[in-house]
Amino acid sequence: MKHTISVLVENEFGVLARVSSLFSGRGFNIDSLSVAPTNDETISRITLETRGDEQILEQINKQLNKLIDVIKVIDFTDGSGVEREMALVKVTAEDESRAEVLRIVDIFRAKIIDVTPRSYTIEATGSPVKINAILELLRPLGLKELVRTGPVAIGRGSKGWKG
Amino acid sequence: MKMNGARILLECLKLEGVDTVFGYPGGTVINIYDELFSFKEIRHILPRHEQAGTHAADGFARATGRVGVAIATSGPGATNTVTGIATAYMDSIPMVIITGQVPTPLIGNDAFQEVDIIGITRPCTKHSFLVRDVKELATIIKKAFYIARTGRPGPVLVDLPKDVQIAQTEFSYPESIELRSYKPTVEGHPKQVERAMTMLLGAKKPVVYVGGGAILAEAAGELTQLCDLLGVPVTTTLMGLGAYPEDRPNALRMLGMHGSYYANMAMTYTDVLVAVGARFDDRVTGKLSTFAPHAKIIHIDVDPTSIKKNVRVDLPIVGDVKDVLARMVKEAQAHPEKVALFTSAIEPWLAEIAGWKAKHPLTYKHAAETIKPQYVIEKLRELSAPDAIISTDVGQHQMWTAQFFTFTKPRTLLTSGGLGTMGYGLPAAMGAQAAFPQRQVIAICGDGGIQMNIQEMATLVQNRLPVKIVILNNNFLGMVRQWQELFFDKRYSQTCMELPIDYIKLADAYGAKGFRATTTEEVAEVITQGFAHDGPVIMEFMIAREEKVLPMVPAGASLNEMVLNA
Repeated sequence: MKHTISVLVENEFGVLARVSSLFSGRGFNIDSLSVAPTNDETISRITLETRGDEQILEQINKQLNKLIDVIKVIDFTDGSGVEREMALVKVTAEDESRAEVLRIVDIFRAKIIDVTPRSYTIEATGSPVKINAILELLRPLGLKELVRTGPVAIGRGSKGWKG
Repeated sequence: MKMNGARILLECLKLEGVDTVFGYPGGTVINIYDELFSFKEIRHILPRHEQAGTHAADGFARATGRVGVAIATSGPGATNTVTGIATAYMDSIPMVIITGQVPTPLIGNDAFQEVDIIGITRPCTKHSFLVRDVKELATIIKKAFYIARTGRPGPVLVDLPKDVQIAQTEFSYPESIELRSYKPTVEGHPKQVERAMTMLLGAKKPVVYVGGGAILAEAAGELTQLCDLLGVPVTTTLMGLGAYPEDRPNALRMLGMHGSYYANMAMTYTDVLVAVGARFDDRVTGKLSTFAPHAKIIHIDVDPTSIKKNVRVDLPIVGDVKDVLARMVKEAQAHPEKVALFTSAIEPWLAEIAGWKAKHPLTYKHAAETIKPQYVIEKLRELSAPDAIISTDVGQHQMWTAQFFTFTKPRTLLTSGGLGTMGYGLPAAMGAQAAFPQRQVIAICGDGGIQMNIQEMATLVQNRLPVKIVILNNNFLGMVRQWQELFFDKRYSQTCMELPIDYIKLADAYGAKGFRATTTEEVAEVITQGFAHDGPVIMEFMIAREEKVLPMVPAGASLNEMVLNA
């Protein structure tokens, strides 16, 4: 099962390497990863997607907590968080498909951020499910290049990190 | 007062109570060595190889319970420490390793003797620091010692660039340290401790299974108190040997691949298993799917990642083993009537175990014509001081030591259990002897492992460290040969050492003394002479060449599928 996990870490030299080498060294998967500082500049927040059964997830959680620089680990899989992801998509947009691409962009409340006579570049934001849906529709029209951020997540209401 | 980084490092070490360091000079630590030249509060021991220096710091730490300290220069000096660091990491030994690094502006430039030692050691250190500003140095050293010794202990590496050693700043050492991201759990949950006692006292066939964590936590006293109060059978892992006296009637001795038949049978039929500071290593459990199939498992460990990593656990207690055991003792003392019921309820179980013990004790066949290695170990126990410290390398001699020495005190066996490092024994003994100049320190080695760090003979002689080296010589890499005999149709690929070495001459060349026994009658005499000699000694025993370590659970088999005679 897929899990989205937030890892709050000391904003220090080499922390990302510690987290990523923990995953590779112990044979855990990382499907996506994003990192940036938080409102507290001494803390960085890593959001990563991983998968495994209950026992593996328990180990991932414990092993992350064991790293000296990790302050808190939050697993959002129980629906306690809101997830958003951004994708930049370059699609073929020539005579017959130009209007169709625009319609899809409109339906998904995405944006065209670059236009050439033969292509559109689209910025789409939403839950990973929504991003997958728009990609499904764009793919047959000629998907030339795709960049995804991987999800970031935040706790709903009072849930999550209280720094 | 203003000081340079090198001096600050030494002042910090002194304030951490460090009186002995093991280190090797070089270009990027030359400033530290210049300060050390006139710094009399710290004894510096110069090994002949950085790996040995790191093992010596490890042996020092295991024997004393204090943090071991090693110093190495950048590049090859640093990479030579890696095996020593990994050895300490696998056995959770508190160490601080200081490595020199090229000056900060050169980092990343492939400078002379530059290596990313933080990157190389990331998977085998508890934590590591690169010091980029001399102002951070004192705090980093404080953190390094704090992290190394608290929670589940482990090695911490501090990479110290040359320019930081030269830079000057005001020195002040923080009195205490708080890390918001590192707060090891110390107290076990009181309700869980209560539940554990209820579960244990309800058992008909209990076993206490003790690992190195009990020794690391200085919990041998509490452990012994609890087990003696309850009369419960106790088995220890290789790392746990000495945590509970092996000469007590309820001691089941070591379990696992080369453990006793009765310990492994007890594990197979137990109904409540109490794991104390142990991590269910594959050499202990055998086949996981058939491990302790009838048992409810209580697991006490300071490291939550150890719990439920390999086996299911019915009752986890995260906390300091010493604290948890002390509270279990209190619980037991508060309910003498329950304890009395328990001790009578487990009588049939103790009788069953006694049956297994009588049927297959740990034993070996004496032979008139050759020296049996097990006999040498028994004689060493008999003739050594009661508080002697034993170190080993890895292989057959290590298992014979574990099986036949009979350990009764914690911190008297120094052995690489997790990583299984050949070449560990001699330098570890060196570290222990530096810590305890008056105690008897015996390095038991095979003829394979001794060659891996034999150069440390020079360190022993130079520093007047009277380590007694025992070589069980079968002119084979015996453990691998044993596997080849049993599982590879006696195809002894690259396990015969071919060239016999004259260890008496070798000892002589280093300015030490050598003795050799080739017959069983000579064994006791050689040991007596070796122990009596004032200084480092090699005692070589020409043992039965194809003797095997038995009993044995073949890799991947269940604990009750032991090979008893082969």
